[in-house]
Amino acid sequence: MLRLIGRRLLLMIPTLILVSILIFALAEVFVPGSVGRSILGPYVTEEQVQLLNERLGADRPIVVRYLSWAGGFVTGDWGDSALLKVPVRPLVMEAFWHSLLLAGFALVLIVPASIALGVFAGLRRDSVLDRTITVSSLSMTVIPEFVSGVVLLYVFAVWLKWLPVTALPPDGSPFYTRLYYLILPAIPLMFLELGYIARMARVGTVQVLSMPYIRTAVLKGLPRSRVVFGHVLRNAMVPTVTVIGSQVGWLLGGLVVVEKLFNYPGIGRLMVEAALAHDIPLLEASVLLVAVVYMIANLIADIVVALLNPRIRMGG
Amino acid sequence: MSTVEDPQLSGDAAALDVRDLEVSFHRRGRRLPVLKGITLKIERGQAYGLVGESGCGKTTLAMAAMRYLASNGTLDNGRVLVDGQDVSELSEEALRKWRGGKVSMVYQDPTQALSPAMRIGDQLAEVYHYHEGMDKKASLEKAREALRRVAIPDPDATLRRYPFELSGGQQQRVVIAMALAVNPQLLILDEPTTGLDATVEAEILDLIEELRGRINAAILLITHNLGLVVRLCERVGVLYAGRLVEEGPAKQVFTDPRHPYTMGLLRCVPRFGMNKTDAALQTIPGTLPALGEPLEGCVYSARCPMARPVCMRREPDFFAWPGDGPDKGRQEAEKLPPDPAAFSPHHAEPVGEAERHVRCYFCAETPHMPHMTPVLATSLEERGAHEADVLGIDHVVRTFKDGRKQLTAVADVSLNLRKGETFGLVGESGSGKTTLAKCVTGLIPPDSGTITFEGGVLKSTAGKRSREALRAIQMVFQNPDSTLNPAWSTRAILTRAVKKLGGAKAGSVRAKVDKLSADVRVEPRFLFQKPTELSGGQKQRIAIARAFAGDPTLVVCDEPASALDVSVQASILNLLVELQTNEQTSYVFISHDLAVVRYISDRIGVMYLAELIEVGAAADVFSPPHHPYTEALFSSIPRLDFEEQKDRIPLRGTMPSLSNPPSGCRFHTRCHRFLGDICVNEVPPDQDVGDGHTYRCHIPPDELRRLQTAKDQGPAAEAEPATAG
Repeated sequence: MLRLIGRRLLLMIPTLILVSILIFALAEVFVPGSVGRSILGPYVTEEQVQLLNERLGADRPIVVRYLSWAGGFVTGDWGDSALLKVPVRPLVMEAFWHSLLLAGFALVLIVPASIALGVFAGLRRDSVLDRTITVSSLSMTVIPEFVSGVVLLYVFAVWLKWLPVTALPPDGSPFYTRLYYLILPAIPLMFLELGYIARMARVGTVQVLSMPYIRTAVLKGLPRSRVVFGHVLRNAMVPTVTVIGSQVGWLLGGLVVVEKLFNYPGIGRLMVEAALAHDIPLLEASVLLVAVVYMIANLIADIVVALLNPRIRMGG
Repeated sequence: MSTVEDPQLSGDAAALDVRDLEVSFHRRGRRLPVLKGITLKIERGQAYGLVGESGCGKTTLAMAAMRYLASNGTLDNGRVLVDGQDVSELSEEALRKWRGGKVSMVYQDPTQALSPAMRIGDQLAEVYHYHEGMDKKASLEKAREALRRVAIPDPDATLRRYPFELSGGQQQRVVIAMALAVNPQLLILDEPTTGLDATVEAEILDLIEELRGRINAAILLITHNLGLVVRLCERVGVLYAGRLVEEGPAKQVFTDPRHPYTMGLLRCVPRFGMNKTDAALQTIPGTLPALGEPLEGCVYSARCPMARPVCMRREPDFFAWPGDGPDKGRQEAEKLPPDPAAFSPHHAEPVGEAERHVRCYFCAETPHMPHMTPVLATSLEERGAHEADVLGIDHVVRTFKDGRKQLTAVADVSLNLRKGETFGLVGESGSGKTTLAKCVTGLIPPDSGTITFEGGVLKSTAGKRSREALRAIQMVFQNPDSTLNPAWSTRAILTRAVKKLGGAKAGSVRAKVDKLSADVRVEPRFLFQKPTELSGGQKQRIAIARAFAGDPTLVVCDEPASALDVSVQASILNLLVELQTNEQTSYVFISHDLAVVRYISDRIGVMYLAELIEVGAAADVFSPPHHPYTEALFSSIPRLDFEEQKDRIPLRGTMPSLSNPPSGCRFHTRCHRFLGDICVNEVPPDQDVGDGHTYRCHIPPDELRRLQTAKDQGPAAEAEPATAG
């Protein structure tokens, strides 16, 4: 088991290097226009642009620039925002914590609910209940979050006034108030993810139920609860856990629409703003951070899968 | 026992009493009967064998006894009583206690029957916990005891293991231990040894036989292997298309079968010692009727070589035999008007106290049932087998890496194959048979050694071989499902094979495909269907036709008939023999079924732990003097003949690891003729018996013959260290 984790951690290093190169290349090489020009705008002379490029080090060879950027990222010096002229790190980290709170809160709501629904549907396969769960969760998935978000906002915040319109409470609010403010943004996310994860859980359950060892478990006279919790769930959860792992990254970096809609200063919104403003250092740092979190989430999912499946664990 | 039951019902009640049972499945709104009027009784302590081809309803009957029918299955009529208690009257909670408590089951594939993510100890312990309310510690203690009872080596370590860490045989022991945990009244064994190696099968059978003396459970054995029934059961029932067609004491039914179906089944199986040059295998014409297909008259009449008009007129009752029932029944049936409306859908014939019952009007004539397949004799000489070798395998070695361990799957194997000859390769799983076959076909390259084919050295992988070599060497696999592209029609599959392998001109492709399908006896109408729409036997025929598309010189057959029912197996074997006779093809034939290998092979090679330890003519290898391992294999075959049951020689321990094979003679750790240090320290020589028969052992032929033909086959101690040691 420890070997498995160690190996996966080691494997993360080349992956990270590759990802960082990709991000760097995309941001610096393929974004048109020089760094200095994008900061200063179209109305300055070429000399001024050159000057700024020299000051920022943007005139150095690309390999050198990459190494200095990557080295800085590792040591904690993420550079300065080109637009706001402040260090990038605190900016990104603050947005990241906001996103993490929203994503974490959404996950806490989504994971147990979707697994429970999926397993429930799987256990009662082809029943009315199963059909209802499958169809309704699927239809919720296809509603775009800006649609469901707007409707929810209108109904619960504007019309009924049960919940606040914004997602960020006033400074200094206690933790539970912050969560209270996050309920409304979390619901569209729940809609999106619920159907997906629930369907995975359902398929896993249906598949495991058809395995001969479940017949053994039933025919050796175990109570239904024992069959479900002792024999079905553990094996049925494997594909679901993998899917959840891959969704965490999305929840962290892909919340652009929801964050924008609810005016929430998360990392998704930050990335979009950085991209629109050609603020390359800010963009690079945010994307790389999301990539790291994505990898960690997948690693955790793999560890959970290994815990569920002794074969993988011991093969480690 | 805490089972809820009516005390007055127990006592003398039969362990299983099935009365007029009707079960059907529902598919697309249609009711498809699976079991029709089944009545049978298993007395306490009795073992009852239920045989028949797959699809006859054997497992459905077992599941009805467990009240565990598929969700689209219904019990339409009849009763199933276990120990006097009607299964359908049990409440949910009583049913739970009943399963695993009163009735328990051992399944076909042990590798699928255990929960993969739970330790063996916990899986066993939960039975004690939920049936006898024991706490964790006590139930684990009982689990340890249960493992000891089924003779698992090192029960303490096994308790902590996961199923995938055990071999198939050990997993089946665990399943048996689980089934016997709470002293059931009825133990259902559903194909308990299918898919296990011959020696492992023998071990499991020994275990079941040995346990029978100690438990009071009655046994319902479901199998297609008639030899198992002969060994274990007092009574046997033959099921065909959901109908019990014959029933009686196993010995009587098998030595003097009275239903044509029973007779047909018995004639399909190659008796041990039978060879293709002696006789062709008998087959049963036609196929099992599809589920729900309307049958008029006797269910078997469509395939019966003895069928007469009256058989189609009205279904025979389950007549007592011997007696005048069949004659009277026939006369009565003949009196009926020839009007289909007059068919009386009757079942529920009372089963009297008679010992035997047969559902046939003409059972008196069954012993003289006509043979359906012409006898086919082709000796090696008649086949025109040349002395020239088609295939030469010379010092071939193949290793695999498993993590850091190095496994030698084929260790320095040399053998040769003549034109038109069949070389049978036997050995337990993991002995290297399939790896060697893959080296021959070029699917994997050997590490060292050469393979020569028709005089020239073959390139190591198929990719490097010439088109001509690819055409000439073909393979038939165990599972046709994974050989045939499911999205293509069979005609497309064969056409492609003919174009790729045959190099035929455009105009002749069609003719060649038609000839191929005619050769393998697949009717033209099936050529338009996809493999998924064909039966297992038909699929295998297409797979064989595919292999023969380019008129190959050598065909490697890896368990080609093992997954098929006996009657289908017989027809596939006959087909292979016939093709060989006509086309002069050479075969390498891999199988774990020794009777089949003995039947089809001219020469046989025995592999153990990656080594070829014995080679010789088929008859020589299976008679003394032969390698002690071959002797043990040979003794483990369940036979159909009642008199000829030999004493089995159990192999000690389990197969050693390929990564660290034993020193000296590789078989010494399990050998019953172990001599002493010489076996441990020195690699044995290949002893030459003559006629190309050699075996790798320290005991010379004369000595070994004396030991192996001695009346009381003594243990190793008796073997005098005659060889210099």
